Amino acid sequence: MSSYSITEPSRLQKWLAGTLVVFYAVITLLPLVWILTTGFKSPVDAIAYPPKVFFEPSLEGYVNLFTTRTRVSPEALQALPPPATWYEEIVRNRDMVIAGPSRYGERFLNSVIIGFGSTFLSVFLGTLAAYAFSRFKVPLKDDLLFFILSTRMMPPIAVAIPIFLMFRTLGLSDTHLGMILLYTAVNISLAVWLLKGFMDEIPREYEEAALIDGYTRFQAFYKVVLPQAATGIASTAIFCLIFSWNEYAFAVLLTSGTAQTAPPFIPTIIGVGGQDWPAVAAGATLFLVPVMVFTILLRKHLLRGITFGAVRK
Amino acid sequence: MSDTPIDRVAKATPPSVAAKIRGLSDRAIAWLFVLPTIFLLLAVNIFPLIWTINLSFTNFRANRPNREVDYIGLRNYERILTDEDIWLTMQATAHFLFWTILLQVLIGFTLAWLINRKFKGNDLWTTLIVLPMMLSPAVVGNFWTFLYQPQIGLFNYGISFLTGIDPSSFQMIGDVKLAPWSIVIVDTWMWTPFVMLICLAGLRSIPDYIYEAAEIDRASQWRQFWTITVPMVLPFLMLAVLFRGIENFKMFDLVVQLTGGGPGSVTELTSINLKREAFEKWRTGYASAYAIILFVTVFGLASIYVKALNKVKER
Repeated sequence: MSSYSITEPSRLQKWLAGTLVVFYAVITLLPLVWILTTGFKSPVDAIAYPPKVFFEPSLEGYVNLFTTRTRVSPEALQALPPPATWYEEIVRNRDMVIAGPSRYGERFLNSVIIGFGSTFLSVFLGTLAAYAFSRFKVPLKDDLLFFILSTRMMPPIAVAIPIFLMFRTLGLSDTHLGMILLYTAVNISLAVWLLKGFMDEIPREYEEAALIDGYTRFQAFYKVVLPQAATGIASTAIFCLIFSWNEYAFAVLLTSGTAQTAPPFIPTIIGVGGQDWPAVAAGATLFLVPVMVFTILLRKHLLRGITFGAVRK
Repeated sequence: MSDTPIDRVAKATPPSVAAKIRGLSDRAIAWLFVLPTIFLLLAVNIFPLIWTINLSFTNFRANRPNREVDYIGLRNYERILTDEDIWLTMQATAHFLFWTILLQVLIGFTLAWLINRKFKGNDLWTTLIVLPMMLSPAVVGNFWTFLYQPQIGLFNYGISFLTGIDPSSFQMIGDVKLAPWSIVIVDTWMWTPFVMLICLAGLRSIPDYIYEAAEIDRASQWRQFWTITVPMVLPFLMLAVLFRGIENFKMFDLVVQLTGGGPGSVTELTSINLKREAFEKWRTGYASAYAIILFVTVFGLASIYVKALNKVKER
């Protein structure tokens, strides 16, 4: 081992560095821990002073997240039959009855549909384009690649003005299809750059061998190159998914009802006298946890994804 | 391994569908593969860009599509460049850019350097530190308004715990002086890991033998740091700054949820200002000219920067 190497940091150095990094990590994770815990606090505990670290867990935030409620008078409440479910009971304790489901479920589903739809499209188109850029002489290749990248330099609001007009003319405003196409166009630059990097790493000899064996270029592509690029394609897909999942600017400007995704919706969850923080935290938790899991799965390819393949490690 | 691609190729028999496209030349396949992407980008990027350029010479208002549209030449551009409010917006953006990048570079590099001391469990902690930047800025930004609440907010409580100041005596978001810092803090919290990851890649790319050679030459740790570590990480660091610069110039979601540009307009960054012009005041023509100016600015600055970066890399 290299433990005798003169470049290996001393034990004291390691210990000090470790302590500082752990200290930073704890501080930086506090807001996230606060989101997770606030979701399980009762409204009173959520706004207590000093902030409560230990509290009695409550599912009220989650119940409020998924329902709409109306206040009823104590007499009317008395007249009602006893609550049939545990969530009905939580709501009754606040002198309210459940009026119906909230829109959170729909918004979450929209995020899933638009996220997966645009991810599939951008990875599909991106794989084809990346293969061509990686293996063939495409005229003006460098210009095209730079053009694809430069589409990311526009502020989203600047692009949103003509897209808004275009969608209005084509009837794509506030539709899933419109958002899928838009996110695909934004994601494709990332997909092409990342996938080109992954494909460049696959030795050409594999395909050449296949071509000599009588395969057409097309067969060589999907029987030899695609299986080799599978890991790269999967991690590219996760990056595209995370982008669409988190996107806010286009979503807030171009959708309002049918196709609205969760990010513009979560901040609008309000209760009595302002935002209903436990419900907001519950909504945020359900929305953020999948991304946290993906981040941990992706950790080996993270750097490549966030730098458009500029840094590969 | 028995299942190498070559074996797989040997085992598989060409299906009939593929036989039909057997005749396709490489060139045809190249175009077939690239064209859908190019078409999509033309439809959703280039066409809108040209439309924006066209609109920027008009007084079009999107909320009144039936009104007659007049071409007014460069009037929109002239008005923007002489508008004092827009210069204030630019100043707010510059403040935000300068401080976020400075803090993220300092903290990010330090963290990367510490992680590169290779203590036990550094992989796990790196992954945990990275979490904030992968999350939805709008959702997280919204929650930070809760952390910033005077009295009950965790942030104010933490500050009061450390300094003894009364937690309800200051409002990060509501105060004209503090609000610009409130967005710098959240952006730094979120994006420091990005700079850290890139620096870490830079540090890990330095081969051990360079340090060994320096050690043999009896170069001090301090000297090694300034003559080996810093110059070799610099290209990586510059790349990180480029990415953060472009992203923060476009910054919208996080800040709009945190402060909405307020109080007054002290945190009204260009993107928020642009949104107001385009989608609240509906001055579409004016906003289009504004968008073009922003795009040209980013594009120009980024191009100059990339040239500088390439020079550093060549050294």
